[in-house]
Amino acid sequence: MLKSRVIPCLDVNDGRVVKGVKFQNLRDAGDPVELSFHYEDQGADELVLLDVTATRQERIAMLETVEKVRRKLGIPLTVGGGIKTIDDAARLLNAGADKVSINSAAVRNPDLIADMAARFGAQCTVVAIDAKMTDGVFQVLTRSGTEAETLDAVKWSATAQQLGAGEILLTSFDRDGTRSGYDLPMLSAVTSACSLPVIASGGADSVAHMVEAFEHGAHAVLAASIFHDGNMTVAEVKTELAKQGISVRR
Amino acid sequence: MIQIINTGVANIRSLQAAFDRLGQAWNLTEDASEIENASHVVLPGVGAFAAAAESLDRLQLREAITKRLQDPSKSTLCICLGMQLLGDASEEAESAVGLSVIPQRIKRFDADVPVPQLGWNTVTPHNQNGAPYVTGEAYFANSFRLTQAPPADWGYAETEYGGTFVSSVWRGKTLACQFHPELSGQWGQQVLANWIAGNVIVGDAAQGGTNA
Repeated sequence: MLKSRVIPCLDVNDGRVVKGVKFQNLRDAGDPVELSFHYEDQGADELVLLDVTATRQERIAMLETVEKVRRKLGIPLTVGGGIKTIDDAARLLNAGADKVSINSAAVRNPDLIADMAARFGAQCTVVAIDAKMTDGVFQVLTRSGTEAETLDAVKWSATAQQLGAGEILLTSFDRDGTRSGYDLPMLSAVTSACSLPVIASGGADSVAHMVEAFEHGAHAVLAASIFHDGNMTVAEVKTELAKQGISVRR
Repeated sequence: MIQIINTGVANIRSLQAAFDRLGQAWNLTEDASEIENASHVVLPGVGAFAAAAESLDRLQLREAITKRLQDPSKSTLCICLGMQLLGDASEEAESAVGLSVIPQRIKRFDADVPVPQLGWNTVTPHNQNGAPYVTGEAYFANSFRLTQAPPADWGYAETEYGGTFVSSVWRGKTLACQFHPELSGQWGQQVLANWIAGNVIVGDAAQGGTNA
């Protein structure tokens, strides 16, 4: 049977891994190449690199980072952040990404999902959705959480599936960096509305949080601080998940 | 030198990086005589069945690939869509024609499981004796698959996802994998090393294989 996946996430700014709270106050958390290899060695199932840089020059640096990580990494690599066009996606795939995640650009231009799926395949096309609870609706946010859209995250996930996405990366803005656990109501709502694999993101601080996410329909869990701060290794997390009845790759 | 067929529709950086880590030189080629005669050839596969089948026609490579697949001394590796191209046809594109090395139509996963299958799943050789690798966890990214055992002169491995499907087939020095060995960590790296050695289990895994 298909295993439940554990995915460390590296937010990358100008060639360095950084970590913030609610997308703010970035602090240095290490070298992306070293950390990637380290996590694969510990048993990570995949890696996500998110480009949190703002400038064009730094974007070019990101391509170099992807190339360097690829040389060492023998597990799947998803890269996201700032992808506006199908050519941006192609450049990242050429640099060594296996999947590309699109967020704000997909909201602006949903056809980008269909175009990417047609050119690179659904398995390559990840739609990242950032959302927070607003007046009883999971409202989609774009531009690193700075812009609120009149778009319901649950409906948007179903639309993304129809357009050809292969996977959803679902981040709770309310929970990101808070260590209070994944947003389970949001996860349940999205996994009911869309049958794609969903990666839960935002808020993980313990194995118990991850177990909850899998029980609420997640196919994979994304985590950053729990691993970067050395609280637990990926191997320890997976051993504990297995003890609690979650089927993981060992 | 490993010749990687440049179908133009596959993302092959990960595969190239995996060969680099194994210290194996590789080259991208579209040349029919090189593809027919090289000791090691890879038919990679990410993308759509129709586009890949069309590129084989455009580059006039069908005969060269079919010939080498009949030659047990030649090492050929077909990955993901590359494995599906061994079939007659696919539900993905009714009009496109495969290489018909395995007389089966490739089918989509049933609707009761999420499609695509994305993630790690167990690959179990149907018969461990003579298998080119031991049971392991592999990374899959596919919506379509082979559903029935190949002809009797092929060995094969199985995986469970909404029922059992055929996740790999081999014959002589030919190996086809529905999964991505280049993304399947240490186990996948070993699958590639074994294929390079002629579909025999080499190095540390040979030890593991006899103990298993």
